[in-house]
Amino acid sequence: MPGTTRGFFGRSRAARDPRLPPGQYDARDDWPVLHAEATPRLTTDRWTFTVEGLVDEPTTWTWAQMHALAPSRYSGDIHCVTTWSKLGMTFDGVSVDTLLAAARPQPSATHVVAFSHTGYTTNLPLADVTDGKAWVVWDAEGKALTAEHGGPARFLVPHLYFWKSAKWVAGLRLLDHDEPGFWERNGYHDRGDPWREQRYQGD
Amino acid sequence: MSSLMPGPPAAAPLPGPAPGAPISWRTARVLAIRDETPRAKTFRLQLPHRTRHMAGQYFVLRLTAPDGYTASRAYSLSSPPEGPDGSTVIDLTVELLDDGEVSTYLHEVVQPGDELDVRGPIGAFFAWDGTTPALLVAGGSGISPLMAMLRLARNTARPDLVRLLVSVRTPGDLYFADELRGPETSIIYTRAAPPGDPRGVGRLAPSDIAPLVRGGETAFVCGSTGFADAATTALLAAGVPTRLIRVERFGPSG
Repeated sequence: MPGTTRGFFGRSRAARDPRLPPGQYDARDDWPVLHAEATPRLTTDRWTFTVEGLVDEPTTWTWAQMHALAPSRYSGDIHCVTTWSKLGMTFDGVSVDTLLAAARPQPSATHVVAFSHTGYTTNLPLADVTDGKAWVVWDAEGKALTAEHGGPARFLVPHLYFWKSAKWVAGLRLLDHDEPGFWERNGYHDRGDPWREQRYQGD
Repeated sequence: MSSLMPGPPAAAPLPGPAPGAPISWRTARVLAIRDETPRAKTFRLQLPHRTRHMAGQYFVLRLTAPDGYTASRAYSLSSPPEGPDGSTVIDLTVELLDDGEVSTYLHEVVQPGDELDVRGPIGAFFAWDGTTPALLVAGGSGISPLMAMLRLARNTARPDLVRLLVSVRTPGDLYFADELRGPETSIIYTRAAPPGDPRGVGRLAPSDIAPLVRGGETAFVCGSTGFADAATTALLAAGVPTRLIRVERFGPSG
């Protein structure tokens, strides 16, 4: 445990929501917008999503083809490494399991890189995006995802810090090794589990 | 503060720790506290080690209560890199946020001599190496990381490399007011301007940005989400390509 800061007692923990991981606060009605570039304006008529790399059937879906897949909803919480969380969110899209079932990962695949139409990348173990843990989503709280929040569609891996949930997602590349993405090369943790406060390298 | 979502994989410089290296917590001592405005203070910290940072980067500061509860926030460095060997003293500028758990503690409780846990520097995308032309666009408290860039340019006798536009509500809201002014800086006011200010008051407009664009420079935008969107729109309209625009949005982060 770190040393105590003189005169700091923090907010009352009696009222602290057990859904909040350590070091997080409830952003309530705010949904902060945090990314490092101009917000891209992508149109759905040219939008695609691709699964490639170590798969038997590299596959690209158009916007219409994605919407023809079995729908899947996430209802729950999201956690940003900058310390805000939003509780009880609803996102609609498709499960990554559905996409991988079509592309058929090869046995050697162990990790994925999610990449965006902007060039952003983030890395994850394959096990963190399978078995109902990850989505490609286009609706948030019942409304079309805005460009500021990654629309028309973003990646969603809600059990990890939200930088893993790549905005403006364009696809997944399956690899047989871990390959640090944009923030991970710049000091952020390779896995990013909010319950273990894996914010930066070495946590 | 702080930028934390997708940015493009541009050829950003890689300062600070090597990729994959741990970013360790250190205990810093507060050397001095300076009022920038009634709602902003700069905390000068003595680090226990030498650190190399780039203008635009930030540190994370952590408070720990007696029962182990912690609260962390990221704050921009407003001090420039001192030289190639790095610095042992850094300045973090902190805006007092309504209901801000950490900023309220820092503003109301911390005194010189206190110890604070920090780690950094962090953030390589929103960082300037001091050698290429840069257009700096700040909204309110977003001036802090850009002040580090302006200071770097002046300290290295290259003020010609930077142009800085800062937008504030009123003259009293301007951070670093005594030091900021110069031929490379312009100040615009959104609610109340000093007497005789030829521009008058009004939100940032493309006509504020266009005259500052020289072509080929990197633009660093820092401010609220609304300000950042207005500034990036104006930069794009003035011909600055997306790949040369870097944005740090200040969200509500307590």
